[in-house]
Amino acid sequence: MNKVIQSMKIAFRALRVNKLRSALTMLGIIIGVGAVIAMVAVGSGATARIQQQIASIGSNVIIVLSGSINTGGIRMGTGNAQTLTEDDGKAIANECPAVQATAPSSRGGAQVVYGNNNWGTQILGTTPDYLTIRDIGIQSGQSFTGSDVDAATKVAMVGKTVIDNLFNGADPVGQVIRIKGVPFTVVATLVSKGQSPTGQDQDDLIIIPISTAKRKVIGSSKSNAQAVQQIMVQGRDGMTKLAEEQVRGLLRQRHKLQPTQDDDFNVRNMEEVFAAQESSAQVMSILLASIASVSLIVGGIGIMNIMLVSVTERTKEIGLRQAVGAKTKDILAQFLVEAVTLSVLGGVIGIALGITASLLISYFAEWSTLVSPGAIVLAFLFSALVGVFFGYYPARKAAFMDPIEALRYE
Amino acid sequence: MDSEELIRIENLTKAYHVGDITVQALRGVSLSIAKGSFVAIMGPSGSGKSTFMNILGCLDKPTSGSYYLDGVSVGQMERDQLADIRNRKIGFVFQQFNLLARTSALENVELPLLYSGGDQRNHRERAMKALAAVGLADRADHHPSQLSGGQQQRVAIARSLINDPQLILADEPTGALDSRTSIEIMAIFQRLNREQGINIVLVTHEPDIAQYAQRNIHFKDGRVVSDERVAERRQADRELSEMAVEETVA
Ligand SMILES: Nc1ncnc2c1ncn2[C@@H]1O[C@H](COP(=O)(O)OP(=O)(O)O)[C@@H](O)[C@H]1O
Ligand SMILES: [Mg+2]
Repeated sequence: MNKVIQSMKIAFRALRVNKLRSALTMLGIIIGVGAVIAMVAVGSGATARIQQQIASIGSNVIIVLSGSINTGGIRMGTGNAQTLTEDDGKAIANECPAVQATAPSSRGGAQVVYGNNNWGTQILGTTPDYLTIRDIGIQSGQSFTGSDVDAATKVAMVGKTVIDNLFNGADPVGQVIRIKGVPFTVVATLVSKGQSPTGQDQDDLIIIPISTAKRKVIGSSKSNAQAVQQIMVQGRDGMTKLAEEQVRGLLRQRHKLQPTQDDDFNVRNMEEVFAAQESSAQVMSILLASIASVSLIVGGIGIMNIMLVSVTERTKEIGLRQAVGAKTKDILAQFLVEAVTLSVLGGVIGIALGITASLLISYFAEWSTLVSPGAIVLAFLFSALVGVFFGYYPARKAAFMDPIEALRYE
Repeated sequence: MDSEELIRIENLTKAYHVGDITVQALRGVSLSIAKGSFVAIMGPSGSGKSTFMNILGCLDKPTSGSYYLDGVSVGQMERDQLADIRNRKIGFVFQQFNLLARTSALENVELPLLYSGGDQRNHRERAMKALAAVGLADRADHHPSQLSGGQQQRVAIARSLINDPQLILADEPTGALDSRTSIEIMAIFQRLNREQGINIVLVTHEPDIAQYAQRNIHFKDGRVVSDERVAERRQADRELSEMAVEETVA
């Protein structure tokens, strides 16, 4: 232990002698570690954002949309055609074993009035299961029920943004609001979900029974009163892939599609969509980090270079130390400690720089960044490793010098 | 082997190979040095004095022949074993002092202890004692650049003393000093030899300096050509006090 402290003392003294040179040598490591920390922070920020996206969508969620996205064919003049029905939703829930729950939904914009205030917002018509599937909580009051959907009651659950803009601090539950002039009683307020990762305000909405929505607010096509825009499907845990297949099969059968015909609906497994995004974000962060690591290696070569110079300059000192009894390992330790001191000091400053840089990036570029403790520990260990790796050769060179030649060196 | 013998050397040779050329620096040296001796080695430049001293100091290995130091054969020891012997048994004093720059006198003196292992606590004390022994207790915090040549050489002697060595080797220790300072250095060596029984072997090309030793060995072309007792040995202490008297009179 004492030996280590002694070696550190010697190293610090040697590094102080050439302050500017030591600082410039460290700069390579500082920039390298700083870049790695910042790049990893950008990468993990992106990954975290996507994970948050997955969480805000709800788990095991599959969205079935009306119409096909394959608009290439001539037959696809029906892009907006509402091919899905409430019965499709019920059938999926009943007949697909891998499906946990379904909720048909349709949305539309509408002007909402309470007292003297009015506010334009999104009206979402659906069933109570929607809250479970999307993992939306009730802040106060009670969710409407299946019988409200059956009876097309005029009840509403309001999001936080709507509350903020309409109620001036009053308790919304029990109040009557007018949507497109139709009076609705507020039965519940929703837990805030904040901004969606894509920047949409997820609290700027009102949820009402789908039956009421179609009759009073959004309207429905004359030819197909059953039609809905989309069906939210929740697969059972670990079975979303299977659920997706079952849903597709069932819908093709229900819609009487021939094998040659394209789907007239579109199934999106949200998990897969996000998993793809997540893995591309990870590839991105690995790429960024490896580019940054190159500068760390360049920094290491800088240390090796300076240590070689230092060993040559101090040949006579090495000879003297050997003459008074320094063993091979003593000299080796002395120069290794010096190299590691350079690289670790550079690493610590680089970590500080990296954290600062990631804060600046998230502030000015408005990217989310995430500096994880793991990345810091890793960067620290890696910079120490760089010191050992690139310091070893010069230290070895010093340790195996011939004492006589070293003493005679001018 | 005689237990009064510190050094026994038999048929020692050393050859250097430079390219195709072989330089015979030592061509069969045999001698023995008794404990408590003060020996001066002389000879023309290139006669092999430094080569001999390097082997004596366990800095170099002989090409052939044997070397016993205090009864132990050290001629063919490993690098780190030799380092250990240098650390415990031998002190070096160089012509150019070889002190570490930007390092205090005290820390320079402590240097060998760094490689001694064992008790680390009394380093300061021991270094102070060694500095006091060469009369530099009041210069402990001075850096080499703040000391005169003679003082630097005394720091180097203190450093050589720190581990209570059996042998101090000095290759032209007064080569860079004026004559008065040289006598001061010789006074220290004579005192260490007389009072502590430390063996001293020094190389010098100045016959005056050699007269402070008990025995003079002459080298030529890698061989010992003469080996004799000093008939009228000079006493550095006495000369110094006489000089002091003369100065006060004048
Ligand atoms: N490292 C070496 N390589 C080659 N030749 C050497 C080396 N060291 C000494 N010599 C040669 O050995 C001989 C003795 O040198 P040295 O012991 O230094 O003499 P001295 O100290 O008496 O002047 C000289 O001829 C010198 O050139
Ligand atoms: Mg010489």
